[in-house]
This record gives sequence, structure tokens and C-alpha cells, in this order.
Amino acid sequence: MAAPKKSAAQAAGNGSRSLSPPEFTREQELHALRDMLLIRRFEEKAGQLYGMGAIGGFCHLYIGQEAIVVGMQMALKDGDQVITGYRDHGHMLACGMDAKGVMAELTGRRGGYSKGKGGSMHMFSMEKNFFGGHGIVGAQVSLGTGLAFANRYRGNDNVSLAYFGDGASNQGQVYESFNMAELWKLPVIYIIENNRYAMGTSVTRSSAQTDFSKRGVSFNIPGEQVDGMDVRAVKAAGDKAVKWCREGNGPFILEMQTYRYRGHSMSDPAKYRTREEVDKVRHDSDPIEQVRNRLLAAKVTEDELKKIDAGVREIVNAAADFAQNDPEPDVSELYTDIYR
Amino acid sequence: MPIQVLMPALSPTMEKGNLAKWLKKEGETIKSGDVIAEIETDKATMEVEATDEGTLGKILVPEGTADVAVNTPIAVILADGEDASAAAAAPKAPPPAAKAAPAEAKSQAQSEDKEAHARAEAEEGKSKAPAAPQAVAEADPEVPAGTEMVTMTIREALRDAMAEEMRRDGDIFLMGEEVAEYQGAYKVSQGLLEEFGARRVIDTPITEHGFAGVGVGAAMAGLKPIVEFMTFNFAMQAIDQIINSAAKTLYMSGGQMGCSIVFRGPNGAAARVAAQHSQDYSAWYSQIPGLKVIAPYSAADYKGLLKAAIRDPNPVIFLENEILYGHTGPVPKLADYVLPIGKARIARAGSHVTLIAWSNGMTYALKAAEELAKEGIEAEVVDLRTLRPMDTESIVASVQKTGRAVVVEEGWQQSGVGAEVAARLMEHAFDYLDAPVARVSGKDVPMPYAANLEKLALPSVAEVVEAAKAVCYR
Ligand SMILES: Cc1ncc(C[n+]2csc(CCOP(=O)(O)OP(=O)(O)O)c2C)c(N)n1
Ligand SMILES: [Mg+2]
Repeated sequence: MAAPKKSAAQAAGNGSRSLSPPEFTREQELHALRDMLLIRRFEEKAGQLYGMGAIGGFCHLYIGQEAIVVGMQMALKDGDQVITGYRDHGHMLACGMDAKGVMAELTGRRGGYSKGKGGSMHMFSMEKNFFGGHGIVGAQVSLGTGLAFANRYRGNDNVSLAYFGDGASNQGQVYESFNMAELWKLPVIYIIENNRYAMGTSVTRSSAQTDFSKRGVSFNIPGEQVDGMDVRAVKAAGDKAVKWCREGNGPFILEMQTYRYRGHSMSDPAKYRTREEVDKVRHDSDPIEQVRNRLLAAKVTEDELKKIDAGVREIVNAAADFAQNDPEPDVSELYTDIYR
Repeated sequence: MPIQVLMPALSPTMEKGNLAKWLKKEGETIKSGDVIAEIETDKATMEVEATDEGTLGKILVPEGTADVAVNTPIAVILADGEDASAAAAAPKAPPPAAKAAPAEAKSQAQSEDKEAHARAEAEEGKSKAPAAPQAVAEADPEVPAGTEMVTMTIREALRDAMAEEMRRDGDIFLMGEEVAEYQGAYKVSQGLLEEFGARRVIDTPITEHGFAGVGVGAAMAGLKPIVEFMTFNFAMQAIDQIINSAAKTLYMSGGQMGCSIVFRGPNGAAARVAAQHSQDYSAWYSQIPGLKVIAPYSAADYKGLLKAAIRDPNPVIFLENEILYGHTGPVPKLADYVLPIGKARIARAGSHVTLIAWSNGMTYALKAAEELAKEGIEAEVVDLRTLRPMDTESIVASVQKTGRAVVVEEGWQQSGVGAEVAARLMEHAFDYLDAPVARVSGKDVPMPYAANLEKLALPSVAEVVEAAKAVCYR
């Protein structure tokens, strides 16, 4: 690939952080608001259905982190691929997957994206280039690198996005992947969603290097810390990283600084942090409130915003209805889809 | 419409909990995300967050109440403009749809008993696992009379299989440690870099977990990787990607996303390299639904089955054997020699006892058959070739004829492939067995280094002969 040879330092400067992000147009603000709200309301509903016993097992909510997937998605083009771990509902909705199919998978019904055989952590859509939904912490990083390998092999200009957590960043295969990705100049963006905790372990208790944008330094992969609560900052960083990858310069690391409001999964009593800590983030930097406030300041009326929320709630309620009334998979599905 | 807040299940096993504390009072405004109450389960105290907005209209379960069942209404939230009297009209939350409806009123119980019984039976019928589909293996293709047979090493057979497939399909590539410039740690990929170039024959860093994952990811994107492990001992580093990602994704995606990938390399005991470099993984992989597992013995089978493995749309584990790489055998010179996966081969016909083996186990079995013949015992030797799906039919057919079976494997006995073969014979050929199935296996020890101990740790021809005689009561 004829790639301009730039050094990592030239690209971004490790650990650098752009100060004030470029403004969004009104359309972009409204789009971001709607998509983030859809994720928020969807997750709230999922939490509720879990509480009613309609969703089983593990259920990891994305509330608080919405700006990341929504902002990154705004930087992509058709054909780019997305892969993530088990906290995946937001990624799927941002990719344009149908809320009904996602919710019905959570309830284990036949209309779910995996016919009810995958559940919350394992969903895929070939159509939307969403490659899962993976339950093993860190596995998606090598797999996402493989998606980028395929793009490079085919000589197209698609970019793959591999999302993972601050906890996952300490897995060995992450660094095996970093090495190969830079060595082979693979078009992959590693998006580290640093929400400060891996289950009950805070970043400072698990990580020798807590500036995750520097995790690629020994492989010469450029990295950047991004305010993951500001959808504009995410989009701007995404644009830059996507360009870098598309032009054949190899991988890019984005550390998204964010926060999850809910417990790790539904049964997490969250005793490792204080209520005040959570409230402070919610109050000071909620990604949705930020957009709402900017829109209100730009003279969009409360009514218009209420309408958006109502539209989103309608989608979510319809998804919940479908997910509770759709039948479970037929027993004959037990032995299908093991081989093709 | 007023909305009922229900006692939530905070874990999949929770059935009831204590309502420890209300953090909002009646009449207070509530935003979604506000913590409204604390609930104690046997494991922890958890916070309940509101998901709806409005005013807390009425608290239905006071704080301090113990053992509140999941899904009991605990409060009512009123929307703007609704007053508390509306609380009474709050709709009952629908019971989770998948659960059966609660029992009917008592007076009707009698007449409904039968119905309920019938319903229960129908339910049970629905919850019974359907029969597992049986693998049907095709027969080997006919090799036309007069076809030239080329004598080649297994190493060459493998190389030819890969080269032929790579010429046929540009999506196939080979990756692994030392596969390109070095021509393969065991020289299996000799000449491939020269013919296909560095784009398709790729040297990886020593990074098994990582490159297995990269291979699976590339396969999920539609490419057809051949991933070589220098030996399968090192694939333990990668076994998570092989099993959790490669084998299970088709199922977990409801058939949407599979991966066509071959993991290949030498497996089993090598010579004098001690425990970490000498282990048979046949049983490990053969246990996994979603994988196919192939372990051939003859040069022709190596070629025909590797070609089949590369074409197969599923993840395939192709277990080779270092000791066999230099062995030669006749391979039919045909434009496209592909063998069916899942079909055993009768390597030697006989009527007195069946010897079942695969890969290097066949070496002992065939030699033992010759020894036995000298004593008037005609052994039938079945080469399994594929371990998953296993060709039960061929094994059973042979044992129906001979009434006796010995399984030969280099791996350990416990939970081994031999144990599986014995179990299948018990299930499907019990009435035909004239003696218990015997197993000749690797000894239950890590592989020793010392030459004498290593020899003892492996199966031997003498042990196979002895076992065969024992099941023949001779
Ligand atoms: C290999 C592996 N180890 C452990 C787990 C259990 N586990 C699931 S999520 C998790 C924490 C991961 O935290 P992080 O990567 O920060 O992601 P977050 O949950 O914060 O989104 C752990 C330990 C697992 N699923 N896989
Ligand atoms: Mg985390």
C-alpha cells in the first residue's frame, strides 16, 4: 500500500487531547441527541425488563457512554466494520440495527438477531457490518484486527473499529494485536472505553499505565485521549483516526474517557464507588444533557426535544412489546446452526 | 397513565428481597435515573433507579418490609397532571410473557385439572430435546482404474493440497510462525512463498493467541485462512479463540456469521522433546460442537482431507503428526482429489478382531495386525481419519463382523477418544460384542524425556497384540 510514512508523534502526539471540539451543525446535534436518547431509553427499558425477569443472565447496560458509539458512527462510511465486547446494545443501535431484534434477543426469543441463541452479549448483523457482541474480555481486539486484515488483504479502504474497556486493555492478546496491526499497517481503530472501572476494580488498582492513549507507544501506534462524554469531541477524534487508517498509515488508538452510571451488570451492588461520584458525573457531564443544553441555547424548543424523546420511547416500547410477545425459539432450533 | 414500579429482580436467581429504605417520599418529583429505594437481597444491598419520570404518587410497600416477591408493585409514579387517586387505576404490569399463567380460581380447579394436565404434557413434549441429527458421511470418490499413483511424503502431500487450493481460490491464505521465508518449521510450506507471495503466505510474530484471533476475524469477514501452529502444544495459547470465537459464533449468531478456517500443524508425541512438546490434543478438540477434527494417517488421506478441510465452511482442526511427515505413500494423480470429512477407512480387512486407530496410532495398529496374522488372527484395521464427526457406522459395522475391538491411541485414556469409541460400541453394538472393548493408550504421565521412559509412555505394537489376543481370549 502506498502509504505516506508519518511518525506516530507527528500523527497525534501520544496522550494529546484536543481542547475545544468543532461545533456540530443543528442537524448533527439533533441526530446525535436522537441516537443517544434511543440508546439511553433502550437501556432503561432493558433494565426494567430484567427486573421483571423477562431478561436473564448477564445484562450490561451502556448508560452514560452513549456519546462514544454515536460520535464514532458519525465518522464512518458504509462498509466500515464494528466489533465490541458484551456491553454491546449501544453499538448495535448506533450501527442501525433494529431495536426490536436486539430487545428480542435479550429476552431470548426467535425474532432476536441470533434467534434467541446468543443473548445480550452475542449478537451480529452482517447487513450492518456489526461483528458482535463477544463475551470474552479482549477477544474482540484480535478479531477486530482480523477484520482489518481482511480489508487490507482485499485492498479496499474500509476501516474496522474494535471497542474494548479499560479492563480489557490489560489482556495479552491486545498487545499481540497492536504489534501485528502496526507491523502490517492494518486499518483498525482501537477504541478504549475507559469508564474507570472493570467490574469492581478501578483503573488505578489494575493499570500501571493509566493513560490508555499511550498503550501503543512501544508499537509506534499513535493515540489520543478524548472526552468521551462530548459527542463532538468523539466525532472529531473519530474523523482524524479514520482518515489516518483509510490513508494506509496503520492503526490508531482512541482512549475515550467516560463513565458508566449503572452497575457492571444488573446484579452489581456497586459498592466500589460512592453515589456522589456517580451523581457528579451525571450532573456535570452527561452526554445527552450537553447536547440538549446546546440545542436549547440555540433556540430549539423544549417541545421539539420532547417530541424526539417521545419518538424514541415509542420505538423502545414497541421493541419491548415485541420482545415479550414473540415466541421462544422452536425446539428444533436446538441442533441448527452448529455447522453450515 | 400512572406507572407501577415493580419489585425488581436484581439477579437471575432472586425471587424475593427486603425493601430496606425509600429514598423518595410520596409527592416528590422523580427523574429517570434517580435512586428511589434500596433493596436487600441475600447477597447485597442494591439501589433501585427510576426509569420513568413524574411524581412518586403512592408507596405501596412500606420500608422495612421483608420478603417482597419479585414483580410485586411497590409504588406508583404519576405523570404530569395526574393525581394520587389515579394511582389505584394503575395498570398491573404484565407478567413476563414466557412464564406460564398463574393457577386459576379454586372452584374451577377440578374441571381444569385435566386440561392443565394435558397442557403440562404438551409443555413437556415441547421441552424435550429433539433427537440429535446423525452425521451422514459420503463414501470416498472412485479413483478411476489406471490412475497413476505418485509416491510422495506426507509433507509434500500437505504442501500440494494447500498449493492446489490456493491456486483455486484467492481468498485462501496461509499464516503462522516461520511458514514463509523459512519454508515452514517442519518444511511443510516449502515453495509456497515463492509461488503465492508475501501477501498470501504470511510469517507471524510468535503470538499464537493473537494470530489465531486475527485469523478468525479475517474468516468472519469472509476470507479462508489456513492458520499453522508450529505444533499444537502452542495452540493452547490460542485455544480460547479456537473454541469460544471460531467454534461457537455460528450458533450464537443464529446462523448468520460463521468462519471457514483451518487450524493445522503437528500434534501428538514427537521424539525426545519431553512433556511440553509432546501431547495429543485429539480428545480436547473432538469434544467441541462447531469444530470438525481430522487426524489422518496415509499420504493420500492427508492430501484429500486437507483439501476438504480448506473448502469446508466451518472451522476445522487438522491434526498432523511430526513423526509421519517424512513417511511416503501413494497418492492418486488426479486434478482434484478431495475426500469426504467424517468417513473412516478400512485400512485392512479381517474377521477376528477390529483395531481402531487414527494418525500415528495406525502405525501400531497395522504392525500389530501383521503380527497377529502370523498367529492366525485376522485383524480388521479401521482408520478413523476424522474424529468429529465420528463415523460410528463404520466402527459398528466392523465390530458387528468381528465381535471384538481394540482402540489404539497415543493420547491419555481418561476422557479420551478411545473412551468415546468404547462408549459408542457399547451403545450401538452391545449385542455383538464378545468381549469388553480394550484400550491401548499413552500412559497416564507427562511425556518423559529419557529414551527408555518415553518408549514406555507410548503405546507399543506388543501392547496392541496382547490386547487383541486378550479380547479374542487367546
Ligand atoms: C477472559 C475473561 N475474563 C474475565 C471475564 C469476566 N468479566 C466480564 S466483564 C469484566 C470486566 C471488564 O471491564 P472493562 O474491560 O473495563 O469493560 P466494562 O465492563 O467497563 O465495559 C470481567 C472481569 C470475562 N468475560 N472474560
Ligand atoms: Mg471499564
